[in-house]
Amino acid sequence: MMRMTVGTLIAGAFLAVASTGAFAQGTGSATMDAIIKRGELNCGVAGNSPMFSLPNSQGVMEGLDADSCRAVAAAILGDAKKIKFIPTTAQARFTALQSGEVDLLYRSTTWTLGREGNLGGLFASVNFYDGTGFLVKASLKVTSARELDGATVCVAPGTSTELAVADYFRVNKIKFTPILIQDVNEIQKAYLSGRCDTYSTDASGLAGFRFQQGDKKTEHILLPEIISKEPLGAMVRKGDDKFFDIVRWTYFAQLIAEEYGITQANVDEVAKTSNIPEVRRLLGIEGDMGKALGVDNKWAYNAIKQVGNFGEMWERDITPYGIPRGINNLWNHGGLHYAPPMR
Amino acid sequence: MSTATTTHSAVSRRERPPLLVAGPVAWARANLFGSFWSSLVTLGLTYFLIKFAVGFIDWALIKSVWTVPMDPATGKLNPEACRAAKGEGACWAVIWDKYRFILFGRYPFDEQWRGAIVIVLFLGLFVVSAMRRFWRRELVLIWIVTLTAIGVLQWGGVFGMPYVGQDEWGGLPITLILSTFGLAFAFPIAILVALGRRATTLPAVKLLCVVYVELIRGVPLISLLFMASVMFPLFMPVGLNPDKLLRAQIAIILFAAAYLAEVVRGGLQALSRGQYEAADALGLTYWQKMGLIILPQALRLVIPPLVNTFIGFFKDTSLVLIIGIFDLLTSGKVAVADPIWQAFSTEVYIMLGLIYFCFCFSMARYSQGLEREFAKSGGR
Repeated sequence: MMRMTVGTLIAGAFLAVASTGAFAQGTGSATMDAIIKRGELNCGVAGNSPMFSLPNSQGVMEGLDADSCRAVAAAILGDAKKIKFIPTTAQARFTALQSGEVDLLYRSTTWTLGREGNLGGLFASVNFYDGTGFLVKASLKVTSARELDGATVCVAPGTSTELAVADYFRVNKIKFTPILIQDVNEIQKAYLSGRCDTYSTDASGLAGFRFQQGDKKTEHILLPEIISKEPLGAMVRKGDDKFFDIVRWTYFAQLIAEEYGITQANVDEVAKTSNIPEVRRLLGIEGDMGKALGVDNKWAYNAIKQVGNFGEMWERDITPYGIPRGINNLWNHGGLHYAPPMR
Repeated sequence: MSTATTTHSAVSRRERPPLLVAGPVAWARANLFGSFWSSLVTLGLTYFLIKFAVGFIDWALIKSVWTVPMDPATGKLNPEACRAAKGEGACWAVIWDKYRFILFGRYPFDEQWRGAIVIVLFLGLFVVSAMRRFWRRELVLIWIVTLTAIGVLQWGGVFGMPYVGQDEWGGLPITLILSTFGLAFAFPIAILVALGRRATTLPAVKLLCVVYVELIRGVPLISLLFMASVMFPLFMPVGLNPDKLLRAQIAIILFAAAYLAEVVRGGLQALSRGQYEAADALGLTYWQKMGLIILPQALRLVIPPLVNTFIGFFKDTSLVLIIGIFDLLTSGKVAVADPIWQAFSTEVYIMLGLIYFCFCFSMARYSQGLEREFAKSGGR
């Protein structure tokens, strides 16, 4: 008799668990349900990369990747502060994503076929279009990489940069001498001391290095040629389309906000006065855009109000390092950032 | 040279011993200028030492920059003064700007006083444990209470302190937590494993201990940490994943235990069979024999290699760098990743080196003192 009671109890408990699972008002996304239950978004970042994610002297994470994460937290949870930054190394980042330790990766990760095909990840957005570039001393009077015939090039061995440089010079039939140095600081010293004519790595890294020279930065020029494609963006796990949607559309919402000139400062004003249908849908005044994504209709408003539009993030995190918008501008300003219509 | 000084107090102080027979001059003559070659080496080394010291003092103290002004336009510090002095003087402004980040990592800025108390608690715990008059059963209690207090302070969530998750911990507290908890847990495991390896009557236990020690010793700590941070989570169901810090801590405990076990086993082997047989003859049980007779002698024998291992592990905790935990070294490296300070990493590394040196050097000095004391009290 006793045993039966226990059995019934256990069965009852199982039923209760099963039914709450079935009838709960979930978002339809396991990842989002977990985030809402936890009350926090776990975002995998580099944590040691200037411009993208680097703690300031107070330990607060700053950078474009950090702010992009905050926007997603604001969209899902309504509060950009409900976020946990998890520093991941280049090796451990994909495991951290696959094992569920982080909900998404904003870790200046290049979108490649291999990573979508083999690693079980999906790229939801590209927040930075990077590429391999060249830095030269202004005194060389070089204005294009094609004029680098016979130049010595400082580059780190075994990197995609080394391959890209070799390919570029071969395709353009220009001679060059590579100087291979492993350590970043040593490369920079070699370049500054004149051991090589040009220093090649990701353009963002070159711009940061140039900025670091302080008053002497005008002595160095970033050549206009960008010789490889490095689209850096958000990676999520495959198999949770709803979560993928919200990450991707948070980025799009920030682009649309920039297109319409909606900023952190004027978003309340715009919400009150604007009669443009797309803006009203964006800010959740009409239409059920948020509901369609499984979040509050104020999702984009929250992201813009608390983090800003895409241009504002750029101004805050990238502009201080002296990097021009270039291809990272909006499509209607000659850049690659293009958001589909919100309707 | 010491005969003259030892008889010094015995004779009445009428005249001092001649300067050239006793005292520093005589010592220098005997040891530094004993022969032509000896004098040459002394002079050469003195020249380099003085040159280095002068250069270092010039760099670190005289031509150095201690503060830099704030740039009113950006609200950030303007390191121009440091850049101007680059190569000639140190830029201590980087330490002034970043010391709290280096010491406490990403711990919330307003709560860092808690981290400071944790460091003080750790230091107090070490000092108390080092004093022989506290070597009683109550010491275990002190450890439990202090470590609990450290946990409460770090996590918070009670007594009005906001909760801080492990992912935000960083700096010196992390280094101290990893090494202290690591060694505190590894040491008992190590003793059990060492005993297990010598348990000839229990072949299965012996095999297990041998396999454990050889397996762990056969791989570098880095690969164990990688296993803990990269492979282990894949075996666990999603969401049921122990925290990264805990995984690293367990890896360090397992690694340290294997090494300490070998050290302890060395001590066990050094004891003569007579000790074991005498204990058996007294009719002591196995655990009484080990606890009362064998281990106290064996551990005393292996103090130098034990401390050596302790010091090694204190520094090895910095390897958690590769799995993205902000320990002292990682915090320092991240601090100089800030583009403003990228060119001034030397100053930060000097500071980090000093902190590590203080801990390791006091451990080494303490073990020397302990050995001397044991030798005096009649160790065999």
